[in-house]
Order: sequence, then C-alpha cells, then structure tokens
Amino acid sequence: MTKILAVDDSNSLRQMVAFTLKQSGYEVVEAVNGTDGLQKARATQVDLVLTDVNMPGMDGITLVRELRSLPTYRFTPILVLTTEAGTEKKQEGRAAGATGWLVKPFSPDQLLATVKRVLG
Amino acid sequence: MSIDISQFIQTFLEESFEGLDSMESLLLSLTSDDSESINAIFRAAHSIKGGAGTFGFSEVARFTHGVETLLDEARAGRRAVTTEMIALLLESVDCIHAMLEAARDGSPVDAARIATIGAAIEASLRTVDHVMLDSKTVDSKVLDTQLPEAAANSHAAAQGPHGWRIVFIPEQDVMRSGNDPLRLIAALRELGVLQVACNTSALPPFEDLNAEDCYLSWEMTLLGEVNREAILEIFEWVEGQCELIVEPLSASAEVVDEMVDEVPHGDNNSAQACPNQSLQASGSEPPSLSVSASASSSAKPAARNRADNGSIRVNTDKIDALINMVGELVITQSMLSQMGSHLQTGDINYCIEGLLEGLAQLERNTRELQENVMSIRMLPISFAFNRFPRMIHDLSASLGKQLKLKLSGEHTELDKNVLEKITDPLVHLVRNAVDHGIESPDVRLAAGKPAVGTVHLNAYHKGGNIVIEITDDGAGLNRQRILAKAVERRLIPAGQSITDEQIHDLIFAAGFSTAEVVSDVSGRGVGMDVVRKNIKALGGSVEVQSRDGLGSTFIIRLPLTLSIMDGQLIGVSGESYVIPLISIVESLQVREDSVKSVASRGMVYRLRDEYIPVLFLHELLGIRSPDTKQLTESLLVVVEADGQRAALVVDDLLGQQQVVIKALETNFKKVGGLSGATILGDGTVALILDVSGLISLSRQITGPARSIHPEENKAA
Amino acid sequence: MRMGMNMGVNMGVNMGQSQANDFTGTGGEGDQFLTFILAGEEYGVDILRVQEIRGWTKTTSIPNAPHYLRGVINLRGTIVPIIDLRERFGMPSLEYGATTVVIVVRAQGLKRDRIMGIVVDAVSEVYSLRAADLQPPPDLGNVIDEQFLQGLATVDEKMVILLDIDRLLNAGALEAEQVLE
Repeated sequence: MTKILAVDDSNSLRQMVAFTLKQSGYEVVEAVNGTDGLQKARATQVDLVLTDVNMPGMDGITLVRELRSLPTYRFTPILVLTTEAGTEKKQEGRAAGATGWLVKPFSPDQLLATVKRVLG
Repeated sequence: MSIDISQFIQTFLEESFEGLDSMESLLLSLTSDDSESINAIFRAAHSIKGGAGTFGFSEVARFTHGVETLLDEARAGRRAVTTEMIALLLESVDCIHAMLEAARDGSPVDAARIATIGAAIEASLRTVDHVMLDSKTVDSKVLDTQLPEAAANSHAAAQGPHGWRIVFIPEQDVMRSGNDPLRLIAALRELGVLQVACNTSALPPFEDLNAEDCYLSWEMTLLGEVNREAILEIFEWVEGQCELIVEPLSASAEVVDEMVDEVPHGDNNSAQACPNQSLQASGSEPPSLSVSASASSSAKPAARNRADNGSIRVNTDKIDALINMVGELVITQSMLSQMGSHLQTGDINYCIEGLLEGLAQLERNTRELQENVMSIRMLPISFAFNRFPRMIHDLSASLGKQLKLKLSGEHTELDKNVLEKITDPLVHLVRNAVDHGIESPDVRLAAGKPAVGTVHLNAYHKGGNIVIEITDDGAGLNRQRILAKAVERRLIPAGQSITDEQIHDLIFAAGFSTAEVVSDVSGRGVGMDVVRKNIKALGGSVEVQSRDGLGSTFIIRLPLTLSIMDGQLIGVSGESYVIPLISIVESLQVREDSVKSVASRGMVYRLRDEYIPVLFLHELLGIRSPDTKQLTESLLVVVEADGQRAALVVDDLLGQQQVVIKALETNFKKVGGLSGATILGDGTVALILDVSGLISLSRQITGPARSIHPEENKAA
Repeated sequence: MRMGMNMGVNMGVNMGQSQANDFTGTGGEGDQFLTFILAGEEYGVDILRVQEIRGWTKTTSIPNAPHYLRGVINLRGTIVPIIDLRERFGMPSLEYGATTVVIVVRAQGLKRDRIMGIVVDAVSEVYSLRAADLQPPPDLGNVIDEQFLQGLATVDEKMVILLDIDRLLNAGALEAEQVLE
C-alpha cells in the first residue's frame, strides 16, 4: 500500500489531508512538525511526503533538506504546502530538494490530483 | 470523490482560538528585536489563514491575509515593530476571534469594526516603512511577484492552435528532487495525443554511467486543443532544473517527424532512466488536471452547531503512557487467568499466593490507569491566566493606572471542567483588584509606593487542592467604608463590633459594593457574591486577607477534579452515604457527658474547648424509618466547611475509598445536602453528602421553621 | 391493529428505537404506544420514549423527596430516578414483587432530556394508533391531572389512557432546575 507522510502543525489541515488520502486508499502517517516528521520518515519508509512550511521547531524546508540527505529519501517525492504568497518559499523548497508544491488553500480534489500526479 | 471536510471545522476552530490566544499573549510581551516571537505570531496567523481558506471561511482568510502580510514584513525585517502596530494587531486578533465565533455560532459580527480594522491594516501595508527600506529586498520582491505574473499574462493569450512541440532537456540531477520525467510525460499524455521521442545521445559509456542521474532528453508533439498554461503547469516543478521549449506545432511539425525517425531504439542502457513502455503514446482521457475552483465551495461552514463539543487536546505522551498501562493491565490479566486455570490442577497454596500477588498488581495497575486517565483532563492553569496580560494592558489604559502583572505557577494543572468554570470568577477578582485595590499613580507616590501597581496571580497544589491567589499591592480593604456600607444596607446593626473576618465576609454579600464611583470595570456590586457562589459550586472556597495600605490577597481553593474524590463511607439507618474525606476533621465515640442540649434548639458536643452543633443525619436526610441507635452507641464525625464545624451522628464508619462522582442533576435535579451520588462496588448507589449544604439544612430545621417535618421532630 | 405481544413477561427487553421500529411492519401509519397496567387500568406511553423495561431493583432513597420518588438506581453508570406511578396518581400502593416492572423512559423537558424509570404493575401490549383514534381526555375526577393525559383510545373494546410522559415527569417536585452550565 502506498504510504504518505503528512506533516503539518495545524491539526485541522493535517486531519483533512490524512482523511482525504485515506479515503482514496492511501496509508497515511501523520506528524506535527519537522522533527516529528523526520523521526517518522526514518521509522517507516514512505512513498510521498507532504509537508507544511511554517512550523514550530523544525520547519518544512529544513525537513526537506534533512530528508534528502537520507539515503532512503533521495528520490522520494516531497511536496511542500505553501500559500499563494510564498514564491520565495517555493524557490527555497526547491533549493532544499522538494519535488514540488501544493498551494493553500486547496480542496480535497486538488490534493488528490496532485498526489496522483507524483505517484502515478 | 467528494470529501466532506466540514468534519474538521471543529478542530480548525479550536486550534485557531488557541492560535489567537498565543498571538495575543506574544503580542503583549513583544519587543522589536524578538524575532522568535514575531515568527511564532506569524506562524499562528499563517495557520489560521490557511485553515480558513481551506474550510471555506473566506472572510477570515482575507482578513487574516493582511495581518499575515504585515507580520511577514516585520519578520523579514522590512517593517519596524511599533506600539501602534502591536495595538493594531491586537485589534485584529479580536476581529478574527469574533469572526470565527460568528462562523461557529451563527452570531452576528461587528462588521463595521472589522471593516475599520481591515482598512487600517490595508493602510499600513501601503505605507512602506522607509526606515527599514533596503534596496536589495525591494528588488527581489519585485522580481518575485512581477515576473511570474507577466509571464502568465502572455501565456494566457497564447491558445494552442493544433498542438505543441515540446522539448524537454532535464538537468542530470532532476530526479534527486523526486521529480520523475516519466510522470511528467504521463501527465502530458493526459492532455492530448502525445508522440514522444527520447534522445539518448548524452548517455555516457556504461562504466561512467551514474544510475541516479538522468542523461535523457525528450522531444514531443502534443496534438489537441491544449492551453499552453496547462503544459507549463506540468513542468512547473522542474522549472530551473531543465531546458524547456514549448512552441506552437505548425512551424516545426516536419522537424519533429524527422527526429522521431532518428531515435535509436532498444538501447539497453537507457532503460534505467527512461520510460520503458511504448513511447508512442496517445492521450485518451480528457484533461483532468485543470484545477477546479468550484471544489472549495463544498467547504462551506455547514457545521454551524454550537461548537464546543467538549473536546480536549491531549499530549501524545499522555496517550502513550496510557497505552503502556493498558499493556501492563493485559499482562496482569493473563497472569491471573493462568493462576485461575492452575487452581483446578496445581498446588493450591502456590496458586493462592500467585492470585494475591496478581490482585496486588491489578490494584496497582488500576490506580495508575485511573491517575493517568484523570490526568488527560488536566490542563495547566495558564489557559486561564493567559488572558490577563491583555486585560491588564487594556485596564491600565482605561483606568489611567500603571499596572504590572506577575504570573507564577502557570503550569499547575487542574481539571478542564474546573478550569473552564474558574475563569470568570478570576476575571472578576482581577478586575476588582485593579479597580478597587490599586490606587492611581499620584496616590501611590504620595503613599511612598512605586507608581506602578502590581497584581500577582499565583497557583500551586496543596493537598488534593489547587490554590489560586490574587494579590495586589494596593490600598487593602477599607474597613471603615465596608462597615459604613454594611450598616447603610442594614446588613449589620449600627454600632456592633465585628471581626476582620466578618468584614471580609461582607464583601461577598449580594449587592455589596463600596466603590464611590461606579466604573465600567467593576463596582456595580454584582460580582463578588457571584464569584463566591461559582467557586462554591465547584466545591471550593474563597477567602480574603487584607492589610491596610499594603494590599489584599484573595485565596481560592478548588478541588483538582470534579469527578473523583476520596470518600468516607458511613452507615445511617441502614443506608450508606459518602462524606468527602477532605471535609472530615475527626471521628469519635460519643461521650455522654460531652453532649449538651441548647435551649431546645438542638444539641452541641463539647470537643476539647469547642462546642460543636450536633446534626442528626437521619433527621436531616428525612430517612423515613429511623432505625436509630442511642446517641451513645453512635459515632460522631466532625466535619468542617466554610470555616464552620459540625458533628454528624452516624451509625457506622464503613471504610474509605475513592469514589467517582455522578451528578444527580443529569436525570433528576440538585438535592439539598447532597453533592451527588456514586456507584459502590456492588453496583448500588450511595449518595455523597455536601457538608456545607447539610449545615445550612440544619439551620432551616432547627430554626422556627421546624414544623416542615413534623414526624421527624418527634423522633428527634 | 393489535399486535399481540405480551411484554409483561419480557423482562429486561431492550426497547431502544431500533427495536421499536420492528413493530411498524403491520401497523401501517400512526404512532406506537407501549401500554401497561396500573390498578386494573391500561395506560400507554409513546414507544419512542421507552428506553428499556426492567425488573424492580432496590433503590437508594433521596432525602426529603416526594413520597412517589422511590429513589435512584444505577443504570449502567448513570443515576436514574425511579417514580412509582401508583403513588404519583394517589392509587393504593402495591408490594413490589417479582412481576413489578420498571419502564425506563426519556422525558423531554424545556431545559434538558432526562432518563427516568416508572414503576408499573405490568407491561401489556404495543399498539399502533392514529391521531384520529384518539379522543380528548375526559375529566377523570381527581385521579389524574388532566394535563398529564394525551388522550384516550379504544382498542379491542378496551380503553387505553395515553399519558403525556413529558409533562408528567417534569411537573412539581420532579421539575428540572436550570442547567448549571
């Protein structure tokens, strides 16, 4: 089963993402910040990482960088969830090794379309 | 697929209110160079905006966007943090709070205020902060925002005529960003009929080939009425990591055909990084990637139920601890059942020993589990304290007093229910301390005190209670004025001498206020009686200590939790009752010579140097068939509540145990003299006695109104 | 219309809504009523309000409560008051025995819904009645206050007195005080 790691400090958004993905048959691992996300990604190999950018503790950009430095996550798709104002964040995310981004706010359908796009 | 996201609105609202609270408290303590705090405030606003957009609260999202931008500029050092800005942000926090509350409850909002604040934010966003202006940041900003927009505009005009020629030459490390050319090509295929030619000319000799690099490039023709933007969107994520040419087909159609012929087929080396399925692809499905804007409308805040469903956020550590404990419980259970099966076959003595050991373990497990389950409901009192910095800030402005707030013991935990119900009384007491206690700066200076008055909120655990103290260094309670007011109100007769405690008690009397000028803040005389009533309803007490000219301290004592307590089981006329252990002073055998009758109004018991009224429980509880023992065969349980003592006559002391408190109000109503009921080990119900309620019941009965219960009168 | 089901012996049967719905098959439209016997007369309550039927268990008396409140019991962890209907209506009381039945009902009040038990002599039948079958309550003298009656119905030549359980269990000393919240 395809496993997706959803990292967001906002419970509601994370739950929405997790619920949407689970409804579509993905297995979802949730994490509340970068540190938690890194720990969970190390504990289980996931097929896709979705991470918020602004989080207390380790932020999303650092998480991307940390993940990319792990041998098991060199090619794993990682999407950052940014807001429309975050052009800088997109560039930063890409520089850190993110695959792409999803612009907030997004609907469940948009989320699924994007996930499908990276997972096929 | 349609996903109902309204189910997450409750969570969103909860975390947003928490976020607003932390924004507020951070704003109140913000200094211009505190980048950590600014970041945290920004993050909170950012989260609220993101969630509001997602869950369909577009007004909130729009409003918060301005706030977020302001904070983003401050965080990036492009805007100085001024007191005006903090004030504006505080106002904004209130607005967002009101808007979310309105969304939750369907209540009206102060649209005018929100519009005003919103306009103020817009206005301050327009004023570029020249002091902080830095040519470099401005340049990059312009680049960031304008370029894509300009590009988008030109693309919008270019509608695909028949098809597109697309040349895609990714950089070698493209896959290290998790982007897979195969996926991009697959996405293109969904837009129309796609012909793909793979160029392998850049492939190095096998021994130099790095399997993690991409050496291939592609030339494609995409046939169909396809929007150029849709193509660019697919390559959006690899922009800057590839060379990309997208041009209308008409000009170069022939060239492409030639190239397709030239492509070398069946190169084994290319299989690693190249889509190894048929390159001759045809799009079959209609474009499904077009982002539907209507989808978000499903997120209408439909869940407009009055939202506090009484949920609670629990630290995962606490949950992990619980899971561990349940694990231990399971081990104990299997150990016990093993012992049970041994009983039939094995050594009885050995089994009994094992069973006893298992039971002891079970008891330990149960207690630990209970304590931990209870701790889930425990929240730090900072949830209640957090509102005071703002309140003091506002009061200081409106009353023209200089104030400082000191908080300590914020991490002291108490039950969520108690916490929720104590907040209002605390607000009242703090307002009172500021309004009545703290003097104006000139008065303070004249009295030789610092101009700035201090209010100190302190919380700590003591025994099974939490104690909250509200201390001010103001003038203290004005004994003369309280006395005069009490006489005027005919609460006490003129000329009577009363103790300090009685004076202090007066301020809790209904309708009592000594404020000379009724201010907005307090002084309407509604309040202190309500404060005491609310605290009592929580099973707590409040008292005041005051020193003239030095200030006063209100001390609130509350039980840590409302749902479990230590109780003493007693028997009265064949029924079992529970007395809260905390109100028991001592239990003793009746000594006949210590019982005195007082003017036919009742009995008192002489305990050392004190005369304590004797309460016959069977009489107070109206037990219909009093199977009462002689007083000398009975026991006395001396109890204390609200500083008053009484000796309860009981038949038996049956043992102490923790009891889970069940409200009688759930299916019946409050009953005088009882604080609730509990379920005993055998499944029967035992009533929990409310000591202060019993004492006031006894006053009603021993007073002239004794004829309410004529038959019990005779029995007594 | 009669659905021949003697509930009197079915002690402890759970009468939650889902099971109440099982009876609708033959009854056609109309409301269903559970009837019970009290001093030889048949009374009915809206079956949707009936939570369960159980045998008599010892109660814990509530101090200074009206005589018809027998006390409270533990119903799976909640405290439920038990009201003796004979005493409530001033009928001669009956020794509680093995056949004494407690009908646990949900009484809707202005302030909140409450679960209460009523002690009756025996449970009788389940009837389906249309509004048209009901007659306005006549004046029964002093036995039962008119406000507690929903109406009268005749079933198989028998009179069934339908009780307004909400009014009955929210009147006088049973009235709920303001919710504390």
